[in-house]
Amino acid sequence: MARTLFEKIWDAHLVDKAADGAATLYVDRHLVHEVTSPQAFEGLRIAGRSVRRPDATLAVADHNVPTTARAEGIRDPESRLQVETLEANCAEFGVPYFAMDDVRQGIVHIVGPEQGMTQPGMTIVCGDSHTSTHGAFGALAFGIGTSEVEHVLATQTMVQRRPKSMRVTIDGALHPGVAAKDVILAVIGAIGTAGGTGHVIEYAGSVIRGLSMEERMTVCNMSIEAGARAGLIAPDAVTFDYLRGRPLAPGEADFDRAVELWRALPSDPGAAYDREVKLDAAAIAPLVTWGTSPEDVVAIDGVVPDPADARDAGKRAAMERSLAYMDLVPGTLMTEVAVDRVFIGSCTNGRIGDLRAAAAIARGRKVAAGVSAMVVPGSGLVKRQAEEEGLDQVFLDAGFEWREPGCSMCLAMNADRLEPGERCASTSNRNFEGRQGRGGRTHLMGPAMAAAAAITGRLADVRDFNE
Amino acid sequence: MESFTTLTGVAAPLPMVNVDTDMIIPKQYLKTIRRTGLGQYLFDELRRTPDGERIADFVLNRAPWDQAKILIAGANFGCGSSREHAPWALNDFGIRCIIAPGFADIFYNNCFQNGMLPIVLPQADIDTLLAAASGCGNHTFTVDLDSRTIAHPGGEIAFDIDPERRRRLLEGLDNIGLTLEKAAAINDFESRQRSAAPWLYA
Ligand code: SF4
Repeated sequence: MARTLFEKIWDAHLVDKAADGAATLYVDRHLVHEVTSPQAFEGLRIAGRSVRRPDATLAVADHNVPTTARAEGIRDPESRLQVETLEANCAEFGVPYFAMDDVRQGIVHIVGPEQGMTQPGMTIVCGDSHTSTHGAFGALAFGIGTSEVEHVLATQTMVQRRPKSMRVTIDGALHPGVAAKDVILAVIGAIGTAGGTGHVIEYAGSVIRGLSMEERMTVCNMSIEAGARAGLIAPDAVTFDYLRGRPLAPGEADFDRAVELWRALPSDPGAAYDREVKLDAAAIAPLVTWGTSPEDVVAIDGVVPDPADARDAGKRAAMERSLAYMDLVPGTLMTEVAVDRVFIGSCTNGRIGDLRAAAAIARGRKVAAGVSAMVVPGSGLVKRQAEEEGLDQVFLDAGFEWREPGCSMCLAMNADRLEPGERCASTSNRNFEGRQGRGGRTHLMGPAMAAAAAITGRLADVRDFNE
Repeated sequence: MESFTTLTGVAAPLPMVNVDTDMIIPKQYLKTIRRTGLGQYLFDELRRTPDGERIADFVLNRAPWDQAKILIAGANFGCGSSREHAPWALNDFGIRCIIAPGFADIFYNNCFQNGMLPIVLPQADIDTLLAAASGCGNHTFTVDLDSRTIAHPGGEIAFDIDPERRRRLLEGLDNIGLTLEKAAAINDFESRQRSAAPWLYA
């Protein structure tokens, strides 16, 4: 029978299936970070259990780490305790760990792929919702809670009910100036933040085929913002080329055998999905969000929408609340909205390709007066690569800050955060109330768009910069 | 794990859609290395001003809802971050049952891991329960997992739940312990995988 990519991975990892349909799935790789793991290790300790497969586990601190003055360590005592707790737990349970001064340290979802740990056909979990990022390699990657982290540490399995499948096909050609971030924002705008609930989304179509590995990660990363359990993209030559030679990828002796297995993964012709959505690439413009939900998207040359046009009372109330929080007036041109801060980074857009796209806009220009803009590479290796290419100098010359790697102002657990009322053009993935700091206002967009906003001091159309 | 059989207590109405886990428990409280003590920070930015003053008209700051054990909420409750601190904070506050038209998947699953019961009902039933939980008078509900019913001052509503999840909650079963009973099947899987793709093993 014709099977989807999702079904093939699912079937290949079934350890046990209960009569009622609950499946015990084997977990190939487990990524761990400091925020969602302390209580899990504590649970193991109390029950006298060990980590079943330290060799399939990798830990890194990312959420709490400072992005300046690394050598001084972590000032905030609670943040420091959390990172130290992770270090101690990794030492006690034998889990490999990238320390803060290791060049391989970075955001967990950037580190895994970069090391070649993320491979096609795998099941991957992490106590973090953006684990969906790893689906870009054709791996089934779920974000899980801390109790499940403990369960995976102890058993290397997870108990799951089989999600439904959805295919989102994006065919056609993207217009110049339209980035991977716009593609995924368009998908979320189309199906809504609960549109993917209970589903695994497979992204398909000529647009997806044409994306680089990094761009595919941007797309899969925000599957969770569409409510999906996971995102998936069929592996192909782009995937295999990316993986070859990475430290944790199959070595030269095994690589061709691995590729042979990976080639059998893509969905069979005629495989059925529970739901199909199609988007026309030509209809996607550079997008920004106007509200406090990632589904609140609008073309950069559009206007702040009017709650009076909402489809029902619930939606209208939500829009009114968002607009009040965002301090925006319906009908205002998006390009008239002035920003105070710009954040370029996160597991959505903190890879080298993202920094190149932003630097292309920043090169030879200056950050607008009164705007504070920062670039936070997603990992130490991304940072080093950017510096080798001179991108750090491009940013510094333009007046951007150049920081150490970490989650930073994506969620503002460290010192990088918005002040109440500040408005930020951000390449991260969530514009929730208070996400980047209490009272802070977030507009999501791609990296080139964020750089353009830094230069103009307002939300800006990147197409105006391509002279 | 604590079992869940019946729960009787005040139900609080929170008819907002897309309540995300950042809202349920803001990130500054994720620095804890414990599961307990988060109840005081539940919905922090809705409950307190930046200066720490209580916002009097937020429902969980008002009697009798400040004693709520049940929350009636809007669609897509618990979306966003996977943080289990969200159900921990609700649990620590005393809320062990959330009733909504729909939940985000990870949050929904996290509830069961903590002996908490998330109930999905059609919007019409939610509207009935919101009305019963608002206004003046009696706001005491009884949620009975065994009979799958919610008794409220105006009547009774039945709900559906996955039978296995229900069994585990009623008996308060330890999920890890149950899986470890399958050690033989896990060992078998590993030896099969190791011979097919040895590079997956260090
Ligand atoms: S960069 Fe943001 S979304 Fe990604 S893991 Fe860090 S906090 Fe989460």
